[in-house]
Amino acid sequence: MRGSKRNLMATIEKSVSKKTQDVGFDVQRIREDFPVLRQTVNGKPLVYLDNAASSQVPQVVIDRGSIYLEDEHSNIHRGVHYLSQKATTAYEGAREKVKRFINARESRECIFVRGATEGINLVMHGYGRKFIGPGDEIIISAMEHHANIVPWQMLCEEKGASLRVIPMNDAGELLLDEYDALLNERTKLVAVTHVSNALGTVNPIKQMIDQAHKYGVPVLIDGAQSAPHLLVDVQDLDCDFYTFSGHKMFAPTGSGVVYGKASVLETMNPFQGGGDMIKSVTFEKTIYGDLPNKFEAGTPAIASQIGLGAAIDYLNTIDRKQAAAYEHELLRYATEKLSAIEGVRIIGTAREKLSVLSFVIDDIHPHDIGTILDQEGIAVRAGHHCAQPVMQRFNVPATARASFAFYNTKEEVDMLARTIEKVVEIFS
Amino acid sequence: MSELSELYQQVILDHNKKPRNFRKLESANHSAEGFNPLCGDHLTVYLNLEDDAVKEISFEGSGCAISKAAASMMTQAVKGKSKQDAEQLFSSFHEMVTSDSDKENVAERLGNLKVFSGVREFPVRVKCATLAWHTMHAALNNEALASTE
Repeated sequence: MRGSKRNLMATIEKSVSKKTQDVGFDVQRIREDFPVLRQTVNGKPLVYLDNAASSQVPQVVIDRGSIYLEDEHSNIHRGVHYLSQKATTAYEGAREKVKRFINARESRECIFVRGATEGINLVMHGYGRKFIGPGDEIIISAMEHHANIVPWQMLCEEKGASLRVIPMNDAGELLLDEYDALLNERTKLVAVTHVSNALGTVNPIKQMIDQAHKYGVPVLIDGAQSAPHLLVDVQDLDCDFYTFSGHKMFAPTGSGVVYGKASVLETMNPFQGGGDMIKSVTFEKTIYGDLPNKFEAGTPAIASQIGLGAAIDYLNTIDRKQAAAYEHELLRYATEKLSAIEGVRIIGTAREKLSVLSFVIDDIHPHDIGTILDQEGIAVRAGHHCAQPVMQRFNVPATARASFAFYNTKEEVDMLARTIEKVVEIFS
Repeated sequence: MSELSELYQQVILDHNKKPRNFRKLESANHSAEGFNPLCGDHLTVYLNLEDDAVKEISFEGSGCAISKAAASMMTQAVKGKSKQDAEQLFSSFHEMVTSDSDKENVAERLGNLKVFSGVREFPVRVKCATLAWHTMHAALNNEALASTE
């Protein structure tokens, strides 16, 4: 009985959705794939607008994780037994999916890591500590997440190298002439984000990579915010490293990838030492394993990485260009609605933006905004978004941030705007 | 929105808008900085202690409505009190915003600070309400820094 009732509810919701859906993109059908979205918070339907922090997981990804744990779980690579082979096949299958997802030349160029933070740290240890020395320079940008600042500061301190920062304008766009002026023969690495998690700015990374390569400088792209939204082609970009987190693209936490050109990865030191990353060990000498094993010491997050593979399969069932256009329209609509509210100021007004809408309200702290929105079931992030230098650049202590995925709707944006009006009212 | 109006009472909104004793204290002989790394709240509490009593107290900094109002009302409540009484008030305040039980004697001691009792319904905001108190405690005990973490 309960089952048929649920089916009936789904049919009703579907027919309602037909009226509200945007042209060509059936968001209500997509929403059915995400069980977490069915719940209520404080008696209100959950409005999840914290996707830049972590996105939700579709049923097919949850199911794939369950299948692994129920039928396939074992340690990978080492075992001759049936389950170990099954687990290895699934894990390496996920790597193949990643390879196609970012169009890497070879799957061994895709190193599994816990997330983008670990990916950057891997490059810092494996590449930075080997090839960067006293007097050398590393270029980052003014809009980096702490994950793409702190590891480089640590390296600079250790090696006597220095950090150079590409400035940005008041809209939150990088100043490319300034970037060009920063590049010189001392530059040993450029590490920039593809999309800013605090501002939503999409950086012209292809052009920036070209500029760096003119000086023979390798480039790391932090793709944490771009992989869920943009079609990424690492060969076309010609980046030397590209890293992203699974949990921001509909996979479980603990999954992620750092891509590196095989020719560069080959020259690098390993990251962590341990099992699985070696060919042979004696007390006198250890011979490291080939790619990608060299960088994957210890038992990895097997279930999570298989989940990432399933999330990629899921994304492949969606017309991603259409999804991107839909998200773009959501952002445009939300920007228009929020800008119309007196006292609201949008932080980050770059021409090229995606998914992220950061804002402040006169005399109201973002933390208070976050609490009041939460009472209405609306999840946003309030704080510095692990990008304190961005807050300092815009002279705000923090912002409130709504960030969208393709399962969000215009009705949810309306809810957000109505509740922000309520916030303004409470504090008036 | 009843829990919400319990949290954002008029008194709190008023102290947020017009914080009292919101300035640097030139005569301060004790001070400490407080940070809430979760939301970036940052304030400094200044004290003029004489014969173990709080002769003057002020604060400055930035933060959410709850942390600002809590700091403002704390300065009013603590001024003129002995060090021991100020610490006692902190512990009563802390108990009120973190525990479920309404103890008569605790509420009595707190006077108008009772307006912060709604905070206990919002566990993530407890640190906002107690930041100024932690910082005052640090200043009283000659510690330069306080953190809610």
